[in-house]
Amino acid sequence: MALTKVDQTMVSDQVFGRRNLFVNGDMQISQRATSVSNVSTTAYHTVDRWELTNSSAGTWDVSRDESVLPAGQGFAYSQKLDCNTADSSLDAGNYLIWRQKIEGINLQHLKYGTSSAEKLTLSFWVRSAKTGTYIVEFYNNNSAGFKIQSQSYTISSADTWEKKTITIDGDTALGFQNTTDAELLVYWWLAAGSTYSGGASLNNSWNSGVANNTRAVGQVNLADNTSNNWYITGVQLEIGDKATPFERLTYQDQLRLCQRYYYQTEGQVYYNGYGTSADTYSLSNVELPTVMRANPTVTDSDTANGTSFQTGAISRFMIYGAATNNASAAARAKLYAVSEL
Amino acid sequence: MYEGQVLNITSAKYFNGIIGEKQSIKATIDGQVMYVPLDEDNTHYREIMRQVDAGTLTIEAAD
Repeated sequence: MALTKVDQTMVSDQVFGRRNLFVNGDMQISQRATSVSNVSTTAYHTVDRWELTNSSAGTWDVSRDESVLPAGQGFAYSQKLDCNTADSSLDAGNYLIWRQKIEGINLQHLKYGTSSAEKLTLSFWVRSAKTGTYIVEFYNNNSAGFKIQSQSYTISSADTWEKKTITIDGDTALGFQNTTDAELLVYWWLAAGSTYSGGASLNNSWNSGVANNTRAVGQVNLADNTSNNWYITGVQLEIGDKATPFERLTYQDQLRLCQRYYYQTEGQVYYNGYGTSADTYSLSNVELPTVMRANPTVTDSDTANGTSFQTGAISRFMIYGAATNNASAAARAKLYAVSEL
Repeated sequence: MYEGQVLNITSAKYFNGIIGEKQSIKATIDGQVMYVPLDEDNTHYREIMRQVDAGTLTIEAAD
């Protein structure tokens, strides 16, 4: 039921300030690419912060779609996974998961590990050509001993947008560590071999020592036919037992949140120092637009007018690129900084 | 530990760059040359060290 007013319980939860624990839940930011074809690897392929984790469960065309959207909801993008090569008979250990990892420093207000642990509500719009039962899993990655729980949702009608809402209890026993590591992971299982789905029943409350085969019981195999696809957008995870309207952020606010984990320069960076002499290094420091989660891994591409190109992280705020001049034009390259969870 | 990404690391070598000695590890990861900082919070660095500990990867000394 749509909310018509803010009630007292929501105010005392957290209705002011940012509500959505996810970044880029509306798939607005896609720094790396907007589509990639026939992928079989685990990576952040298109939309920022959302990772496709594939263990031999078909190959996929992954894109940020701009045309298949829930009508009237105000979303401009969805994440689309389109089966390119099917795997109708998964091996036991095969899986396909779409997920986001959340830093522990952004989870402390959930008060997990205390008697005041907050409920969490997950809401999202989803659509698929394949109907049936799907699993969402919540994973507390505390190094003292992780705990997980799974919940199911049903896609009832093929090729039709449906809004799903899932509420889970807080865990009073195990907290989220106050670190910049991945402390809460939310998995959308899309295919799961028997290693993950062969148990008798789904592990649907916070538990440690969970048998792997109870994590995705009932999950359909989205990889079983090349006509299968899966779309999702409007993904929100928030404190409380109600799904509030999707939190809208401006493009630049959302981009800045994403750039804590991945940044690429807009085209090539020109290295200073050209004109001194050949065979000496020229260098450019690039101040990052926001503090990155950790010192980033740095790479380059589109190198020109130099040799011995190198890059590196100076800090969480600064990277550099350098090259040996060739004394005919300024050395330059495009730079990438990665500090994903 | 959650389902992680097992990186295909085909080479790793400590790198003395222009900003200092042993400033990073120059690694070829999934076919791409990357400069990985010696930062335990960096997931590439962690994966390199995990593979080193597992005995499946050796980091060469810097030139």
